[in-house]
Amino acid sequence: MRMNRRSFLQLTALAGGGLALDFYLSPLTAAQGPESPPDLTPQAFIHIAPDGVVTIMARASESGQGMRNMLPMLIAEELDVEWKDVRVEQAELNEKIYGRQFSGGSANTPQGWEPMRRVGAAGRQLLVTAASQTWSVPAEECTTQSGRVLHTASQRSAGYGELATKASSLPAPALSSVKLKDPKDYRIIGHSQPGVDTHAIVTGKPLFGIDVEVPGMLYAAIEKAPVFAGKVKSANLDKIKTLPGVRHVLVIEGGITPAAFTPWEPGMEPGIAIVADNWWQAQQARKQLKVDWDLGPAATQSTEGFKKRAEELLTAPPANSLRKYGDVDAALKSSAKVVEATYEYPFIAHVTMEPQGATAHWKDGKLEMWSTSTLPGNGVTLVAKTLGIQESDITTHMVRSGGSFGRRLQNDYLVEAAWIAKQIDAPVKLLWSREDDIAHDPFRPGGTFGFKGGLDAQGKITAWRQHFITYGDEKNATSGGGIGQDTYPAGFPPAYALYTSKQPLMLRTGALRAPGDNAYCWVAQSFLDELAFAAGRDPLEFQLELLGNKQSPWTSGEHDAVGDHEPTGQSVLIPERYKGVLELVAEKSGWASRKKMPGRGMGIAAWFCHLGYFAEVADVSVDAQNKVTVHQVWAAGDVGSQIINPAAAESMAQGGIMEGMGHLAQEITLVDGKIEQSNFHNHPLMRMRQAPKIEVYWRKTDYAPTGLGEPTLPPILPAVTNAIFAATGKRIRTLPLKQSGFSWA
Amino acid sequence: MPIKLNVNNVTATADVPPDMPLLWVLRDILNLKGSKYGCGIGLCGACTVLVGGRAVRSCMTKVGDVGSQPVTTIEGLSPDGLHPLQVAWEAMDVPQCGYCQAGQIMSAAAMLERTPHPTDADIDAAMSGNLCRCGTYTRIRQAIHEAAEAGAAARHQ
Repeated sequence: MRMNRRSFLQLTALAGGGLALDFYLSPLTAAQGPESPPDLTPQAFIHIAPDGVVTIMARASESGQGMRNMLPMLIAEELDVEWKDVRVEQAELNEKIYGRQFSGGSANTPQGWEPMRRVGAAGRQLLVTAASQTWSVPAEECTTQSGRVLHTASQRSAGYGELATKASSLPAPALSSVKLKDPKDYRIIGHSQPGVDTHAIVTGKPLFGIDVEVPGMLYAAIEKAPVFAGKVKSANLDKIKTLPGVRHVLVIEGGITPAAFTPWEPGMEPGIAIVADNWWQAQQARKQLKVDWDLGPAATQSTEGFKKRAEELLTAPPANSLRKYGDVDAALKSSAKVVEATYEYPFIAHVTMEPQGATAHWKDGKLEMWSTSTLPGNGVTLVAKTLGIQESDITTHMVRSGGSFGRRLQNDYLVEAAWIAKQIDAPVKLLWSREDDIAHDPFRPGGTFGFKGGLDAQGKITAWRQHFITYGDEKNATSGGGIGQDTYPAGFPPAYALYTSKQPLMLRTGALRAPGDNAYCWVAQSFLDELAFAAGRDPLEFQLELLGNKQSPWTSGEHDAVGDHEPTGQSVLIPERYKGVLELVAEKSGWASRKKMPGRGMGIAAWFCHLGYFAEVADVSVDAQNKVTVHQVWAAGDVGSQIINPAAAESMAQGGIMEGMGHLAQEITLVDGKIEQSNFHNHPLMRMRQAPKIEVYWRKTDYAPTGLGEPTLPPILPAVTNAIFAATGKRIRTLPLKQSGFSWA
Repeated sequence: MPIKLNVNNVTATADVPPDMPLLWVLRDILNLKGSKYGCGIGLCGACTVLVGGRAVRSCMTKVGDVGSQPVTTIEGLSPDGLHPLQVAWEAMDVPQCGYCQAGQIMSAAAMLERTPHPTDADIDAAMSGNLCRCGTYTRIRQAIHEAAEAGAAARHQ
């Protein structure tokens, strides 16, 4: 089956087995920007000065994934200029001329790979046409090199700067008509290009959302209820207004009605905004606040309650059968061995290093916003709706952020800043404290999986039954808690069932780097390791055998042919690629010759998500106090034919691995609806002394390049916990690690 | 009464209460935005600056306690952005989001003053108070080693 580009967006929803349907479909189908992609023009993206300096507009937001390099590099390559002559400028939000300005779902590479190169090639064609007209020679006789058009026969040449004015007056060619380079001629793609902002970062230039400065700006902080969507009954507002530096105190009524299913961007959370001359004063005034809250129904929620309900649901008949083939119950009954296990993982928070915030200025009926959103178009729609203004009255500047990891796909902080700005008629910078940022995060939802796996007398898998307990109402799974029908290992065991049941959740959840997959990989690859052990087999060999015996077609259609250069054909798991990264990581880590020592072990795991394949091996030791040290990690990735910016790609993989390790020790828990964690002491990140050596290897395959933000992360969780099992014989089925009696050294 | 500070070799005055954290004086009063807010309680190191040559968490340092000690922020680490650490950070392309990196560099700068040739264990000890949410630790470590070598080379010239 060949898929067209239009179906790509829908199919990505299912790609990688288990991208949460709600995450992908809501932002991508939300009413923002044009219905169909606009005709991109080189003039929108490329500006060439008379002196030959080339400015390329970066259309996507930057929160550390290197999008301000990657997308302009694609343009520069086909424009045929030297990267050193390129200046990258951040585009403002304007999806009518730039197309989608969205950084999420590891989508910028697959969605930008061809259009951005074609924009560059169209720019080159315009310059060639300008030269050929000036010289009255056929365009076909002209070539380009390093920012110059050459006509060898007449020994003429002109710099792009000399041709730019004429070129910009010519009609842009259709992007589909332009010729692209042979990859062997690439001089920018595939060559490491340091971050365009790195010098500014290391010299402390004001680049980030928190650094925005507008003349006359005030600073805001917001006090919210300790329970989701709790409302203000009364507060000592009169006293707060008299405190030093305080200019305004505003009650936010909010617009959320807690229910079993909390939608993506549910509305403003109620609270009290304090606007002061500086942020510290606003925070000091906050400490004097005395608020009587109407906590509402979410105050009945607790982690204990969720756990109890999950246990009940696990033993009850499942509510939904999401994917089933073969007779899984009969196959289990006739198996030589049946392994049963329950896996649990907690809610966790994004904790971006820069807490949420935004700057907004309301003046003369127009709104100007400085946004760190990675889905800024949605932000405009939400702000317009909440403030009752026209989208056309909003200007959005896209500002670098101190990390997103999926957090900034939601625009709640932007709506708050805009709302405050409109109330006070002045520019205002809103900043959340770290404590606000954790308590009001759209969390990665927790979940519980009940597994039954069958083995025959030869130690081959006969059946795989899993019952996933997640959150939501009868119809909708909470964001980040939906699971795709083709989620691995669907399609491979001879008999298979994926059941789900849900319990209500009055809490915001969202997409955290590799949403869904960051948990489903851990449970599936851990249980697979359990089955391999029960079968007395090597987990690598066991999984390779499973991948070699596909039993059932994907629900979203088959991949059409190996070598398909369209990313559209890659949205389903291709076993050959999955096996390829496993074999590569095994080779690089010396898996076959690993030593067995008490207290030390290696674990292996792999995953396919967001169109990318990663396999990882962790070498771990565990001391007598169950303190865990990860000594080294080997990673092998397959994201297609090109690693566009190799140094950045390696860094992204290492970062995904560090983050995944961090997930193992994190948890968000609730008592009486209140979040118990507040800062980095009880929602920890990995630290320097815990950072292992990480080697990253690429398996280049004949597929169009795809993204790296997400697929690097999931395998490290089971690689580490499987290594802990190898070292100790203790299977970790409950996260965080401390719930299973382990902790980081 | 305005508080007098020596920041990056320039005398500055700030008319603020003495218990205002140095971080917010630097950022919102003196408009030096390089030092970052990450946690407010000294757990993440994003706000690290040098006070009297020592790396301190400026979010926990009351401006009234600074006195006459010189304050150095990322903006004043070198006159030209060419401190060996800055050069190494660029050469290794260390940052991802970049938000924590000013704090990382300032902690590393204080360490290199005391320990010009740090071992991995020295780096673990000196740098474990600085969180990097993007997980760039591998490169931070490499860049510190590189800067140490470059610094040694410079001293031998």
